[in-house]
Amino acid sequence: MPDLPKRKVGLIACSGEELAEGTVTRRAVRRVLETLRPDETVTLCLPLFLAGGEGERAFARHYPTIAVDGCDKRCAARATEKHSARPAASVVVTAIAAAYGRGGELGTARRLGPRGLALAEDVAMKIAEEVDAVLEKPRKSRRIETGGKG
Amino acid sequence: MSGGRGKIPVAACSGIGKSLGAASREAAHILVEDLRPKRTKVVALSLLVMGDEEARGEVAGAEAIAIDGCKLACAAKGLACSGASRVHGIAIFDVVRRHRGLKPEGICDLNEDGLRLARAAAEEAARLVDDLDAEGGRA
Repeated sequence: MPDLPKRKVGLIACSGEELAEGTVTRRAVRRVLETLRPDETVTLCLPLFLAGGEGERAFARHYPTIAVDGCDKRCAARATEKHSARPAASVVVTAIAAAYGRGGELGTARRLGPRGLALAEDVAMKIAEEVDAVLEKPRKSRRIETGGKG
Repeated sequence: MSGGRGKIPVAACSGIGKSLGAASREAAHILVEDLRPKRTKVVALSLLVMGDEEARGEVAGAEAIAIDGCKLACAAKGLACSGASRVHGIAIFDVVRRHRGLKPEGICDLNEDGLRLARAAAEEAARLVDDLDAEGGRA
């Protein structure tokens, strides 16, 4: 048997620097990458899509991706679809906050407070679920949207 | 010129793979929240990348500051593509060369050296702001 490369899922965080929700996306994605699903995931840099990062674009064309957005502007999901391919799943922090009852003060974009950190953990768990789902099913049959239209 | 147009837009690297990206963001927040809160504001790079009208409106025609974590200079490119009249770049990898003892680590939570590096970059950016204000006759 040839030693085929392991299928990985690319995680793309909006990283919005203005909002605490953007910081939640970064923390959640790092948690998945470092702890929850380290062997199944890589991260892709969103601005590199615009800056012409061909490596990022090519990965997202050939491997499934999960967009993690802070708000319903969904920059990560839209950028991925525009420059590469439609994400296999889309997670939106504000939708997770509403679904999990994590309203209230999250902290700031610079420093998350206890609620923000707890929300980041919820988002990380949701991303990990989506990673499992994406890897179990053929890519084209998978279309999960959490908190927004695709 | 920066004068008369309100706050100077500041964009930072959005990378989440390396400490220098995190230091770039921290530097932007130190500049905007601690050092020059009345003269600067953070704009989200992802919004600029996606052509958000409101975000672009804050940048178009303005002098802007980019704080980048690597040579790809995504923040500078994002500002230039959004119509900034001039982009003044702070490259974190150059700042770290000027502070050779620092060994920044961490991404979500920078270590002490990472925070020191961010502070040094923010102070360079603050001097840029002062220079721009002096050019515009505001100093």
